[in-house]
Amino acid sequence: MNRWVRWGYAGGIYLFLYLPLAVVAVFSLNNSKYSLAWKGFTFDWYVRLWNNTDLMTTAFHSLVIAASAATLATLLGTGAAFILHHYRFPGRHALFGVLFVMMMSPDIVIAISLLLLFLALFLPLGFITLLIAHTALCVPFVAITVYSRFHGFPTDIVDAARDLGANEYQVFRKIILPLAAPAVVAGWLLSFTLSLDDVIISFFTTGPDYEVLPLRIYSMVRLGIKPDVNALCVVLMIITATALILTRKLLKEKT
Amino acid sequence: MNESLFFRRLLIGTTWGWVCLLALIPYIILLGVSWLQPGTDTLVLPTITKENYRHLLSPEVFTITAESVLLAACTALLCLAVGYPFAAILANAPAKLQPPLLLLVMIPFWTNSLIRTYALIMLLKADGLINTALIRTGLLTEPLQLMYTPFAVFIGLVYTLLPFMILPLYAALKAVDPKLLEAGRDLGASWLQNFLKITIPLTMPGIIAGTMLVFLPALGMFYVSDILGGARTMLLGNYIRDQFLVFRNIPMGSAASITMTLAMGLLLLLYYLATRRSGGRVMR
Repeated sequence: MNRWVRWGYAGGIYLFLYLPLAVVAVFSLNNSKYSLAWKGFTFDWYVRLWNNTDLMTTAFHSLVIAASAATLATLLGTGAAFILHHYRFPGRHALFGVLFVMMMSPDIVIAISLLLLFLALFLPLGFITLLIAHTALCVPFVAITVYSRFHGFPTDIVDAARDLGANEYQVFRKIILPLAAPAVVAGWLLSFTLSLDDVIISFFTTGPDYEVLPLRIYSMVRLGIKPDVNALCVVLMIITATALILTRKLLKEKT
Repeated sequence: MNESLFFRRLLIGTTWGWVCLLALIPYIILLGVSWLQPGTDTLVLPTITKENYRHLLSPEVFTITAESVLLAACTALLCLAVGYPFAAILANAPAKLQPPLLLLVMIPFWTNSLIRTYALIMLLKADGLINTALIRTGLLTEPLQLMYTPFAVFIGLVYTLLPFMILPLYAALKAVDPKLLEAGRDLGASWLQNFLKITIPLTMPGIIAGTMLVFLPALGMFYVSDILGGARTMLLGNYIRDQFLVFRNIPMGSAASITMTLAMGLLLLLYYLATRRSGGRVMR
């Protein structure tokens, strides 16, 4: 293929991916309420966001749930990655299979199956149910991320530690965890963005007492375009991009 | 040694515990509820019935399912057709350029798809970017009706899901050993023969993984059809949501989502077969 054709094609795809986002970013700075015409530069919409206490509470909910679900998912996922890599036990392949299926499952199926679990347990929908649901969403991603990090590990260090009398907990705590730390942090950050970006699972598994940002955006968007929604979207995009860049940096670091 | 055994059992036990709680038990409940009847006082009645599954095949629901499957299949096909050459360009780009280029695909991949759907409104609406541009250049006099059409939903799905196709394809293409293509060329194969006989079979797991990551969400992303498609129920996801939240017919909604799980099962089976096949070929 001709070089120019190739880069032209790739550029076209990047344009397709980024043009709508760029338009949102530009109009979040536009000093006009309704039209798409440019009426001058303003930070007004961002100031308004900041002063909208109701919206800020919702944003706070989102951050709390993202941080808690990410932490829980990281604990459980790292444990799962550890046993999958270091132990041979009955049902190991089945566990791999279940994690893979969990990762591939459509969000709506995860959402309603968990909703049914909560209904069966008579759990009222709110913080707890949302936390459980977001943990379920994130855990397989952490497990796979950390597991792939374990894959390149030198096994002789572990053998040496065992020969020197370390027990399994010490091996995990003193050798595995420090070596896997970048992947564990990366898993946490991925979970954080996954939770922050989720719409469908939150839609089914939280109640009116614990509204999160994507659901608020959803109801705002259904009412039409508003400049403060643009500003909010830009803020979320920046958080996602930052978390992602950090994740990539951590995963690239050599052991 | 005792401590070690305890630690090991604790970890394995905990892991199986959450797997059961978060995945297996909810799924078994879902499967069970899909065979029950909806109640008026309680959410479900403990009577077993085939009615929900029979209703899935009724013209009303079957049309929705068939249209949604068709739309999702078209989305997956277009993403594959557009994404494969793109992933190939990325995989063959200079090694230094690849990480930043890949990052530019991953940012939309991780950005809230609701926000990305919303961003499309700016382009598609009557006084949006596309119509304005077409009118300014004189190609049109009247704005095109783009919003609230099935076409808008289609574009919305392709737009939000394209990165989910590109990333697995890129990973699969990176793993193709260039020596195999060289060997093909040395033995007199044309570019097309190399592509069809070596590249495509070896990247089949990536093709299927990408298709799965596009096709399944395309059945379920009800907010894309809500925001861009207007009032009509167009995706299986809208139907499931309405059964749960509007009609309070939880068993029917559960049965409808089993359709989706079956689709997933089928694609997973294909994936398994493809990895086994291509895995075997590389080894030999």
